[in-house]
Amino acid sequence: MLKNWYKSGAPYIWLNAGAIAICMIMVTGLIGLIAVRGLSHFWPAAVIETTYTVPGEEPIRLLGTVRRSETVPASVVREAGFEVPEDQLIVTRHLLQLGNRDITSRDFAWYIGENMGEWTYPENALVLERMTWGNFYGFLQAILEDGEAVAEGEEAWRELYERVERAVDLRQQVMQIERYDIGGIAYQQEQVRLAQRRLALRGEDTPEAIAELEEQHAALQAQFEEIDLHRNELRRQMDRDAVRAETAGGRVVTINMSDIVRAARPNVMSLGDKIGHYIDSFQEFVFDYPREANTEGGIFPAIFGTVLMVIVMSIIVTPVGVLAAIYLREYARQGPFTRLIRICVNNLAGVPSIVFGVFGLGFFVYFLGGAIDDQFFQAAQPTPTFGRPGLFWASLTLALLTLPVVIVATEEGLSRIPKSVREGSLALGATKSETIWRTIVPMAAPAMMTGLILAVARAAGEVAPLMLVGVVKLAPNLPMDGNFPYLHLDRSFMHLGFHIYDVGFQSPNVEAARPLVYATALTLVLIIIVLNLTAIAIRNRLREKFKSDSD
Amino acid sequence: MTNMTKPATDRTSATMENNAPEAGRTSERHVPSLAPEFRRDAPKGATTAAGDLNQETPCFQINALNLRYGSNHALSDVSMMIPHQRITAFIGPSGCGKSSLLRCLNRMNDLIDIAQISGEILLDGQDIYSKKVDVPELRRRVGMVFQKPNPFPKSIYENVAYGLRIQGVRRKSVIDEAVERSLRKAALWDEVKDRLKAPAMELSGGQQQRLVIARAIAIEPEVILLDEPCSALDPIATAKVEELMMELKENYTLVIVTHNMQQAARVGDYCAFMYMGELIEYDTAEVMFQTPGKKQTEDYITGRFG
Repeated sequence: MLKNWYKSGAPYIWLNAGAIAICMIMVTGLIGLIAVRGLSHFWPAAVIETTYTVPGEEPIRLLGTVRRSETVPASVVREAGFEVPEDQLIVTRHLLQLGNRDITSRDFAWYIGENMGEWTYPENALVLERMTWGNFYGFLQAILEDGEAVAEGEEAWRELYERVERAVDLRQQVMQIERYDIGGIAYQQEQVRLAQRRLALRGEDTPEAIAELEEQHAALQAQFEEIDLHRNELRRQMDRDAVRAETAGGRVVTINMSDIVRAARPNVMSLGDKIGHYIDSFQEFVFDYPREANTEGGIFPAIFGTVLMVIVMSIIVTPVGVLAAIYLREYARQGPFTRLIRICVNNLAGVPSIVFGVFGLGFFVYFLGGAIDDQFFQAAQPTPTFGRPGLFWASLTLALLTLPVVIVATEEGLSRIPKSVREGSLALGATKSETIWRTIVPMAAPAMMTGLILAVARAAGEVAPLMLVGVVKLAPNLPMDGNFPYLHLDRSFMHLGFHIYDVGFQSPNVEAARPLVYATALTLVLIIIVLNLTAIAIRNRLREKFKSDSD
Repeated sequence: MTNMTKPATDRTSATMENNAPEAGRTSERHVPSLAPEFRRDAPKGATTAAGDLNQETPCFQINALNLRYGSNHALSDVSMMIPHQRITAFIGPSGCGKSSLLRCLNRMNDLIDIAQISGEILLDGQDIYSKKVDVPELRRRVGMVFQKPNPFPKSIYENVAYGLRIQGVRRKSVIDEAVERSLRKAALWDEVKDRLKAPAMELSGGQQQRLVIARAIAIEPEVILLDEPCSALDPIATAKVEELMMELKENYTLVIVTHNMQQAARVGDYCAFMYMGELIEYDTAEVMFQTPGKKQTEDYITGRFG
């Protein structure tokens, strides 16, 4: 019976189907976990108010959101310094985000469930996302304008939303001015300084030339002062309003409107309001710059850096890899030497990526970059231009890392093209190179795209070598902006993979950063998926175009 | 239907430049063709029926040809004359060297690293293995059709235009005209004229083989080599290709390798029987199939072989 079942081949079907099922469960589980953990962060959670009484101490009032709850053996809690009755074996504890780091100095804390009073959801609980010091939790009292209370009670809420919007609007203008206008002027002033230095180096620093440059500098300075005046005016307007609120501990604080990013009243928000709040927070996450040591705000520079690096890497690796593969497969005489080269290429794929990072730092950054600086950027010295980690060196290092993938995939594609097609072309009087470039290469294009897809997937997820050759925790400028030459390949940049590492493990506020780690990881996965889907779409179009019997 | 108004003698007396398609004149690449002193005058008996091999005009003259693939002696001491504007069929059991011989005629064996050739092959009196010969140019004069249809994964139009584009022809009118003429000659025009932009891979096997023939004649070669052109085709497609060969011999010299005895008898003017790399017997198809001179030939033809 069992033997017959075995002979029927059914066990193998189960075995194979089981393998694919396990893969599917793992992949969906992975994506599901990071999606749920990451995406729930932006939802405005209800704010609870309760009393907490440690036996033998005065009760304290708590206001915050429950971030996590868990039931653990009492011994664990005892070790953590909580007092738990001797006969109790299991304890439920809650992690509360209390905010107000500036006042209480601990914005996350565990509390034993048994010691908590009843949970209530006060209607006038206020949650403020701030530029500094994290969230504020409290009860709204009044809106102040130039220090005078202008609205209290329900009216204060209406005023709050309006005035927050106004302040956010003004802050965006200020940031726009600082980033683009002032940044542009600073860049131009630097160019003027470099021009002056270049003249001095060449010995052409005649008084006239210097006077001209100084005039330029003065003009830029005047421009800057004008903009600065405007900026200060905006800042003053921003400082007009403030919020007065009471914390759970009973302290009344005044928070300047210019410090507020977003205000919410989670306990009375309708579903629509919450969705609006969610979309708004999510947009900020994707399109904004990070704040507070990367634990707040957005990840836009990291997304931008990752995508740009992958694109630059693709531009470098594709032609080099494809040409190398064509030479190896089509031109080189097959023999021990080509076999040796193939072995080397394959081994290159097995070298740990950090080794590429070390090589990139030693050779590209210090040697090549240093030489380029000596040759072309003398005026900027001693500040290195290309002689320090930057986008171009990171892309080049990753191109080296992914080169074997492209070569192997392309060779594979070339070897699959039937001999009959080559003969057909040669028999029509085509030379070897005409045959290769007009027939073979287009037919192998899908295989080249496959190589590129694999390369992109590998490069986008690589972190270790990048830490050495160009990625930084916080880049002051994007590698692309409105200043000539627009694409600044020498600049260091931010990267999602490194951002995950940095936020998750180097952050001063681990609890606050945890959801962001998941959200960032999800973004990275999504970006890789999008990049891959684009490449796959191109490949499928090519396949359709060069459909042949062999495929 | 076909564009065969040009007398056959016209072509052969012309020089290579005139032989090339109209496209050849606008060609941006000028490759020196075989030296003019090797060109023949118009053949005398080319339009008459095949008869005596000695009265034919030679197209290829093969002298003491030896071919080795490493240690394997594929052709030994083959000498023969392939006549102009006739269909010469090579028959013989598998591995006898007939395909190798065919591939020597347009130097396709050059692609095999281990192939070693000695002896000489004269095309119109000039040694095609001499160092002076431009191989792509030779292959343009001596086209080839393979056993399995091997169209490029491009459109029907681009397949036929490929050879011209290789020669640097850019003018669309020239290419259009050549494509139509070649497809008409290959008896494929009526079937594909409405879908020239369709992928060639969508055609049936027989259509693909005719497309490949059209592709070969688009560049106006002098000789077309056919390596078992019908072995992958059904009888109807085979009949069409055979009919096509009969028409093509008005303008071209055809050399065909076949396993099909009836086909050799039907289309061949001359027939060569090969065995173990040697040329056993070579005569008109009539003689070969009715009164073969050698016992081996008779055994093979009647199926008593081996």
